Amino acid sequence: MRLGVDVGGTFTDVVLETAAGAGRGPAGADGLVSAKVLTTAAAPEQGVLEGVEEVAARAGVAVADVSSVIHGTTLATNALIQRRGAFTAFVTTAGFRDVIETRTESRFEQYDLDIVLPPPIVERRHRYTVAERIGAQGQVLVPFDSDGARALALELARRGYESVAVGFMHSYRNPDHERRFRDILAEAAGAVAVSISSEVSPQMRELERFTTVCANAYVQPAMAAYLHRLADELRARGMAGPVHVIHSGGGLMSLESAARFPVRLVESGPAGGAIFAADVAARHGLDRVLSYDMGGTTAKICLIEDGAPRTARTFEAARTSRFKKGSGMTVSIPVIDMIEIGAGGGSIAAVDRLGRIRVGPDSAGAEPGPACYGRGGAMPTVTDADLALGRLSPETFGAAGIDLAPDAAAQAIDAAVGEALSLDPGAAAVGISEVVDENMANAARVHAVENGKDLSGFTMVAFGGAAPVHAVRLAQKLGIDEVLVPPGAGVGSAIGFLRAPFSYEAVRSHYMALDRFDPGEVNAILADLVTEAASFVAEGIAAGAAGGGPDPDSDPGAAPEPRIERWVYMRYAGQGWEIPVEVDAASFDAQGRELLAVEFTKAYESLFGRAIEGLAIEAVSWSVRASLPRATGARVERADGSAPAPVAGRRRMFDTAAMAAAAGSVVERSSVGVGGQVAGPAAIVEPQTTTVLSSAHTAVMQPDGCLLIRRRP
Amino acid sequence: MIAAPAGDLALQVMWNRLISVVEEQALSLVRTAFSTSVREAGDLSAGVFDAQGRMMAQAVTGTPGHVNTMAAAVDHFIDAIGTDHMHPGDVYLTNDPWKGTGHLHDITVVTPVFRADRLIGYFGSTAHVVDIGGRGFGPDAGEIYEEGLFIPIMKLVERGRLNRDLIALIRANVREPDQVVGDVHSLAACNDTGIERLADMLDELGLDTVEPIASFIFGRTSAATRAAIARVPPGTYRNTMSVDGYNETITLAVELEAGEGWIHADFAGTSPVSSHGINVPIAYSRAYMTYGLLCALAPGTPNNAASLAPFTVSAPAGCILNARPPAPVSVRHVIGHFVTDLCLGALAEVLADVVPAEGSGALWNFQAGARAVSGAGLGRDRPPAEVLMFNSGGTGARPRRDGLSATAFPSGVRTMSVEATEQVGPIVVWRKELRPDSGGDGAYRGGLGQVIELGPAEGYELHFSAMFDRVENPARGRRGGGDGAPGRVRMDDGSPFDAKGKQLVPAGRRLTFELPGGGGWGDPALRSPELARDDLAQGYVTGSGP
Repeated sequence: MRLGVDVGGTFTDVVLETAAGAGRGPAGADGLVSAKVLTTAAAPEQGVLEGVEEVAARAGVAVADVSSVIHGTTLATNALIQRRGAFTAFVTTAGFRDVIETRTESRFEQYDLDIVLPPPIVERRHRYTVAERIGAQGQVLVPFDSDGARALALELARRGYESVAVGFMHSYRNPDHERRFRDILAEAAGAVAVSISSEVSPQMRELERFTTVCANAYVQPAMAAYLHRLADELRARGMAGPVHVIHSGGGLMSLESAARFPVRLVESGPAGGAIFAADVAARHGLDRVLSYDMGGTTAKICLIEDGAPRTARTFEAARTSRFKKGSGMTVSIPVIDMIEIGAGGGSIAAVDRLGRIRVGPDSAGAEPGPACYGRGGAMPTVTDADLALGRLSPETFGAAGIDLAPDAAAQAIDAAVGEALSLDPGAAAVGISEVVDENMANAARVHAVENGKDLSGFTMVAFGGAAPVHAVRLAQKLGIDEVLVPPGAGVGSAIGFLRAPFSYEAVRSHYMALDRFDPGEVNAILADLVTEAASFVAEGIAAGAAGGGPDPDSDPGAAPEPRIERWVYMRYAGQGWEIPVEVDAASFDAQGRELLAVEFTKAYESLFGRAIEGLAIEAVSWSVRASLPRATGARVERADGSAPAPVAGRRRMFDTAAMAAAAGSVVERSSVGVGGQVAGPAAIVEPQTTTVLSSAHTAVMQPDGCLLIRRRP
Repeated sequence: MIAAPAGDLALQVMWNRLISVVEEQALSLVRTAFSTSVREAGDLSAGVFDAQGRMMAQAVTGTPGHVNTMAAAVDHFIDAIGTDHMHPGDVYLTNDPWKGTGHLHDITVVTPVFRADRLIGYFGSTAHVVDIGGRGFGPDAGEIYEEGLFIPIMKLVERGRLNRDLIALIRANVREPDQVVGDVHSLAACNDTGIERLADMLDELGLDTVEPIASFIFGRTSAATRAAIARVPPGTYRNTMSVDGYNETITLAVELEAGEGWIHADFAGTSPVSSHGINVPIAYSRAYMTYGLLCALAPGTPNNAASLAPFTVSAPAGCILNARPPAPVSVRHVIGHFVTDLCLGALAEVLADVVPAEGSGALWNFQAGARAVSGAGLGRDRPPAEVLMFNSGGTGARPRRDGLSATAFPSGVRTMSVEATEQVGPIVVWRKELRPDSGGDGAYRGGLGQVIELGPAEGYELHFSAMFDRVENPARGRRGGGDGAPGRVRMDDGSPFDAKGKQLVPAGRRLTFELPGGGGWGDPALRSPELARDDLAQGYVTGSGP
């Protein structure tokens, strides 16, 4: 019996996976029991334990019966955003003290004369240098100054730093000097935490690598302490199994690895959501899925093809200015590639100087929340518009158990939007809703273009409190004809954790022009990466063996062999953007050059429509991903609509197919049996969200509890 | 209670969509471009135009230099080709500095959009290509003819048939034919992306033309922009500024006249054209004037024909801000970037809470050719390599904040990774960090410049092309704030090195640049003790003077 735990900034979600039999006690059709409790920021394990005890009690089991815990969290991200981390020093190559401060030397907002750039995570006064220099080919240009390093180590100890980040130039190519400094520091300062960039993120480009190692050092002491406390507390309650942690790339790693490299966790919550969607996709046999997660503050969109979310090598964390690209810190870690925009249920609507309705990125958050919460919020939000459009039932909204106030919503909409544009509240609400849907559609289109994809033919999987409300309209805008709304939409990330495979991606930069391809060198790099990635997976499996591991069906006696994928990041010489190319070869010989060139050309064509003949090709980074197969539920036999679902009521709601108000049905989701059919316009209500159908759409309940929504031909 | 969306709302949504379409267009260019300055500096633009050639939307990219130039370009195409000679499947291009964006390195491609055989608009895009022949990118030409291949407005594709003669001509005239021709195709392809998206959108809306959207955009934008301009009381405002220029100090002068809903800049009094390629076509001067005024008055206004129309310029023909053919214009940005501070400075009194002190302005970009030398067991036969780096000094202090250290303004370029640069070419950057004490004093301190020290890798020498300004003429402080530190260039052995022109860095030598700082704002005595203490603690100020 396994437990998924997602610790977010506001809520902690806990999901217990009981025996897969449906309909047992409080568990839903999928055999899951979930709880949502407030996050206890000072000691997050307390909230987790509260949630664990709640689900255990409701399922009628003891905490000791839990075989393993799979944990993801935004705590590392929040520490970066709120700048609540360890007292950290950064040690770098002489001459490069300010890399993390001068960043890209550009302004993320082109027209703002009063712009404030994000402050560096380690201030200048806490940045130190050592005389040493490695060259681009890994050669030593300036020998490591051991005496200077020793003196510096003593000074760092004397100043009482809790954590030290070390990042030297070209250390991805030759880590020797970084390791020597680490050893000297261990001698001089004993217990101080040390992160070195050649271990945390051995990728070329000093800004990203240095930022990543600083971020790791900054959050490491607190994250390590928290993870260990959590494990201890669970053990004290009799749980013998392991705690695994979800990393940003969407796989599991051991708690020990997470405690050393917590920067790998920055996107673990959203990664859980993407795995959740991937799992739904696999159950339904879908190979092209758009994962759409919309909560209170942001919407996240991710492409999932052939069952796996796309991954990227860098991620911009902790944006300081309205989710604006460039206002955060770019960390180079393997991460599920998703686009996040400031569009959520709490996003605030206003009218700008040009008489345009703008929605987000500012959010009313949970407090005071939307105007209709009646907690003092005066600004109209997306949720207020949804209420005004008849999409939400005032009396059954959300897990928070709030009665919504339609009058307050209408008033706020009128004051901030209606009056300025001379629109009645209904039309203003339509405007707010259309603008936020269009913002999300634009983000999805741009993300698809970036990845060389066309979204028509994709199926959308919608989850998160606000996504099912907007999914059908968004799908209309994107030309998507099929939408799945899985059960458990409010705790999707935590459920996703339960579906995550053991996996680890190891990346290293090593520049090589293909016309100087050296099979021996490449094989050595790839072999190292395979060893590294496989050992993380093996460590996770070993830790999991005691408690059964994440796959309940696996035979604990047989050590499963991880699947190994090899990726090379290549570009035409002269370009600045590398594209990932998967290569299906365990080792290379002299023909490897041809193979890479052919695979690169294919990948380039599929991304950009055409290849360019006659240009030299170069490889920049190498990556190996080791993973165990994901445990997916049985393939769902799709149910056709057989009988209309019972209608609980009727009310006026806005119909996005006719772009006019219409009489719509209100249906309780729990009352819809397999094959039960709901024709739009309709609102299908459940405690954590509402699924809204247009008059052109019909939903049919599937055997796995998903609502399958299709556009009527 | 619930009404259908009024027509306005649908048009608003379509406006958002159009902006997204041009962003997609720009993005696909960035991803496929070969030119370093396109992908690192965002030196490109993408826009959509109505049937009359009025720009409806433009992607926000790294180069204000394309703000107005791009908007005007399509008019020139309509004049030169004539709508009667435009057909479905056509693509046009030019790199005329006076009809495009100010120098031969920028190629502009325009594609007409047809719907049911009717011409309904255009997509346009511009990118800075890696090479255009001639003497190469630099100020050394005496006339435009030496600066490379000049392509007047013509058809690249006619009714779907590629103009192979033109392609052959381009290939024969540039140093990197595959990359340049590749970029030309990328430009055409990104316009096609825009056309497909626009068609989807019109289908969804059931429209045959873009005119309803165009008039909505222009109506809304025009009213908002004119209202924003009203912050400047009608009247005349003047400013002058001195910058180093190539070999003699250049005076830039402006007289801004503000009227009801418009501002006109006249650059009379500005120095005449230079004998080197730092001269500026007037469209480019207008772009940096417009950019500065939009920043000060109406940030957040989307660029389109109506947001740009209120800002106009004039200048005597032959002054350096209105260079005419055959003046060389290759590195027009070196002087052009100062136009923003020049125009903002004219409004420093009436927009006292907005206008910053002067900044370092022009980028300290350089291009260096590394050539092998014999010795140390290495032959001379190793291939040469070109290295390009973008670097920024400090910006001027703001009325409520310090200036930004080592940050580009008005340009939006990004610097490149030193590690990536060293992978590309045999140079070693030994130092690249903030330059303490270089920001002008003030209640708010100017942004710091930076110090860069570099040299050729072992076995190479560097042929270095320098074009650095604000060595003789530092950024001036405002309202009692001190000047920023001037720039400096020197060789490690003390031998002289000019801030301008081609010079050699021999094997084993190192070159040090100290980039200028921004000017300070307000009386230094009024600086808060807290900020002053922080300056010392962080080492932004050493207390021992520059």
